[in-house]
Amino acid sequence: MDPMDAIKVTFFQECDEQLGELEAGLMALEEGTGDRETVNAVFRAVHSVKGGAGAFGFEDLVKFSHTFETVLDLMRSDKLAISADVVHVMLRASDVLADLVHAARDGGTVDQDRCNTLMEELEHLALGDNAPAVTAAPAATAPPASPDADPEPDEWGFVPLRVSVDDVPLLDTPTEAAGGEEIWKITFTPRPTLYAKGSDATILLRELALLGDCDVAVDDTLVPSLDAMDVNASYLSWTCFLNSDKDEAAIREIFDFVEGDCDLIVERVSAQAPAPIAAPMPVIEPVAPPPVVAAAPAPAPTPKPSAAPAPTPAAKAAPAAVAAADAESKGGAPAANATIRVDLERVDRLIDLVGELVINQAMLAQRVAETGVARSSNVAMGLDELEQLTRELQDSVMAIRAQPVKSVFQRMPRLVREIATATNKQVRLVMDGEGTEVDKTVIERLSDPITHMLRNAVDHGLETTQERIDAGKPAEGTIRLAALHRSGRIVIEVADDGRGINRERVKAKAIEKGLIPPDLNMTDEEIDNIIFLPGFSTASTISDISGRGVGMDVVKRSIQALGGRISITSNPGKGSTFTLSLPLTLAVLDGMVVSAAQQTLIAPLTTIIETLQPKPGEVRRLGPNRTVIAVRDAFVPLVDVGVALGFRKESAQPDSGVVLLVESEGGGRAALLVDDIQGQRQVVIKSLEANYQRVEGVAAATILGDGRVALILDVDGLIAQRVSETRNETQLAKAG
Amino acid sequence: MSMRILTVDDSRMMREMLLMALKGAGFDVVQAEDGEHGLAVLAEHGADVIITDINMPKLDGFGFIERVRGVEQHRATPILVLSTESDAAKKARARDAGATGWIVKPFDAARLVEAIRRVSA
Repeated sequence: MDPMDAIKVTFFQECDEQLGELEAGLMALEEGTGDRETVNAVFRAVHSVKGGAGAFGFEDLVKFSHTFETVLDLMRSDKLAISADVVHVMLRASDVLADLVHAARDGGTVDQDRCNTLMEELEHLALGDNAPAVTAAPAATAPPASPDADPEPDEWGFVPLRVSVDDVPLLDTPTEAAGGEEIWKITFTPRPTLYAKGSDATILLRELALLGDCDVAVDDTLVPSLDAMDVNASYLSWTCFLNSDKDEAAIREIFDFVEGDCDLIVERVSAQAPAPIAAPMPVIEPVAPPPVVAAAPAPAPTPKPSAAPAPTPAAKAAPAAVAAADAESKGGAPAANATIRVDLERVDRLIDLVGELVINQAMLAQRVAETGVARSSNVAMGLDELEQLTRELQDSVMAIRAQPVKSVFQRMPRLVREIATATNKQVRLVMDGEGTEVDKTVIERLSDPITHMLRNAVDHGLETTQERIDAGKPAEGTIRLAALHRSGRIVIEVADDGRGINRERVKAKAIEKGLIPPDLNMTDEEIDNIIFLPGFSTASTISDISGRGVGMDVVKRSIQALGGRISITSNPGKGSTFTLSLPLTLAVLDGMVVSAAQQTLIAPLTTIIETLQPKPGEVRRLGPNRTVIAVRDAFVPLVDVGVALGFRKESAQPDSGVVLLVESEGGGRAALLVDDIQGQRQVVIKSLEANYQRVEGVAAATILGDGRVALILDVDGLIAQRVSETRNETQLAKAG
Repeated sequence: MSMRILTVDDSRMMREMLLMALKGAGFDVVQAEDGEHGLAVLAEHGADVIITDINMPKLDGFGFIERVRGVEQHRATPILVLSTESDAAKKARARDAGATGWIVKPFDAARLVEAIRRVSA
C-alpha cells in the first residue's frame, strides 16, 4: 500500500475514535457529568479531525470542523456557557461531522442543506448568540476563515513558517544577480530570549548572506570581562550591509522566528548605487522594536518581552520530574497505550485451536480414566493440572475477542436523536454499562436488534409530547439502554417510560389475525410477548421509523439464532422494557449431556429451568401426537426428543425417562423428554451448517471427550415445531 | 550521526505522517503521544530538534515546552510547534513557554525539513 494510503486508513480509524469521543463527551456535558477535561477532550476530537482532514485536503470537512472547533474553543475558554441548547446544536453538528467524515472516506455526498444549517447555527453560537439560528437563507453562509489561508503576521511577529520557508532561497539556490539591487543596512540585536528558545544568531546571519553580498560586523562593546559575564545574557549585536535585489519583507522573513526576541532594524541605505561599505558602525544602544506589521484587531496590551530568560522555579523543579518519568519509562513500557492491532483471522484461528485443545484434553482425560489409574497417580494429577491450564487458556483466548459494547452503544444516541426529530418527540437517551464486554461476533450482531428496539421504543413506546403532558408526565421521554452481565450472559435492556403495551388491543389483534385461539387464557406476560409472533404489528399504519417491513419477530429470530432470548415486560401507563440476553461467546456453551434413543445430545443449560422425573398419571395424551405433562399446576406440552429428531418412531414411555423443563421465547414452556442425563459440561460449538447442513431441531454440534460427535439441541426450534403443529391442529379443528 | 527529532502528537496519523516525512529526509525519529510521554522519551533518547503539537491530553504543548526548557541540556534545543491553530494569543503563549518556531498544519514535508534545517545549526 502507498504509505499515504496507509496513513489515510489510520486517519479514518482515528476519526471514528474521535467521533465516538466527541459524542460521548457532548452527552456527558448534556447530562451535566462533564468537567473541564471533557470540554478539552471534545475540543481535541474536533481539532484532530480538522488537522487530518487538512493534510488530505478534505476541504468540506476542514471547513466544518473549523467552525465547530471555533465554538468549542469559546466553550473551552469560558466565553460560551454550556447550556442544553448549545450542547444540542453541538450534538447535531457532531452528526454532520460524522457524515462528512464518512463522505470523505467513501466518496459519498452529504446533505448539504443540513450541513449549511448546522454551520450557521454554530456560527451563531460563535457570535455569542445562543438563540437557535433562523434556518432560512443558507446561501448567506459566510465561509469561515480557512485555516490554511496564510495568516498575517500577528503583533508578536510569529508568522507561520510555511509562508516564509517557501520564499527564502534554499541553501543550494544561487541568488539571482538581477539588476535592481539595493543596499540594506540591517541592525540585529538578539535579546537573551532568542538564545533561550534555541535560536542561533549565526544561522540567521548565514541565511542573510544568501540574499546577496553581505558585509557583517559584530559589535562586542557590551561584552564584559569574563568574571562578570552572565551566561544567560546577550551581549553581541551585528550590523550588516546587504547588497540584494530582495525587498524588505524578504529580509525580515529571515528573522520571523525571532521577531520579538531581537531588536531588528532594516533600512534602505541607497538605491542603485553600491556605495563602499562603511566601517562597522557602533551600534546605538537599545533599539526600538520593529514596527508592528499587521494591523492588530485591537491594540492588545503587549507584554514587554522579558529582558532575561529568568529561570522560573517551575523550570527548576522540572528536571526532577523528568528524571522520575525517565526512571518510569526505563522500568517498563512507556506511557503509550499498550495495545496491538491483530488480524481477526489470527485470533479466530487461535480460538479454533484452543477449542481443539480442549476437546483433545477431554479425550485424553477420559482415556486415562478408562485405564483405571488411581486419581492420586502422577498421570491423573498431571492431567488435572493440564485441564486447569487448558481452561485458563481458553478463557484468556476468549477474552481477546471480548470487547466493550460501547462500539455499538455509541451509535445509538444519534439514532435516537434522528427518530425523535422524525416523530417530533422529545427523547432523552440514558446509557449504562457501556464497558460491559462481550465477544466481538456477538457485538457485531447486537447492533440491528438494539437499533430496532430503540426505534420501537421511541416510535411506539413513547407517547407524543402532548399526550405525555396530558398524562402528567415530563414532556421529555426517557429511554434507558443498559448492558450488564448476568449469570454468564450479557443482558441488554431497552426501557422506555412511555405508555406501555395496550394488552386489550394486542390480544384482540392477535385473535383477529389468527395468531392465538380466541379462548386462550393468557397471562399479562404472555400477552405482552405476542408482539414477537410472526405477522404481528399493532401500528395500523406502518410508519417510516419502526415499520420498514420488519417486525419484532425478525428481531427475535436473529437473537435466537445467536442463542439468545428476548422478552418484554410492560406496565401500562408507565412504560415497557425489552430484555435481551445473549451468551457471552458463540464459541463455547454450557450444556447438559443427555441421551435419547442411544444418541448423546447436548441441551443448552441456559434454556433449562428444571429437570424432573415424570410420575405415571402426570402425562396426558391429547390426540394422536400430542402429549402434555402436568408440572405443578400447569400443563406443559411434552416433546419426545428422540421422535422429534427422527431417531425413533414411537415415543418412549414418559415415566421411564427424564424431562427437561425448558423455557422458550413468548411461547411459554415445554418439556423435553429424554432417556437419561449423563452430566453437565462446557462444549465447544462446531457449526453444523458450515460442516454439513442445517438440521431442524439441531443448533450445532460438538465433539465429546471420547471423540464422538454430539448434536446440540435447538430448544426453541423444537418448541416452535411443536407450537406450529399445535396451531395446525387448532386450525384443522376450526376448519372441521 | 543523523540528527534526532522528537515528535510529540496525540494523533497517530500525524505521528505517522511526520515519521514518513522525517525518515525520508534522513532524520532519526523518536515519537511520543502526549506531553508527559514526550518528556519521558526525551529523557531516555534525547533529541536535537523537537516538534510538538499543542492540543494533547495529559500535558499539552505549552506545558511540555516549559518543562523541556527546564531541562538543563535542552534549554537551547530548538522546539517547533506544529499546530492547526494560528491564533495570535496561542502563538504568544507558545513563545513565552519557549518555542523556537510555529508551523501551521497541514505541513508540507519539504518545508518542514527546511524549517528543521533552519533552526538547527
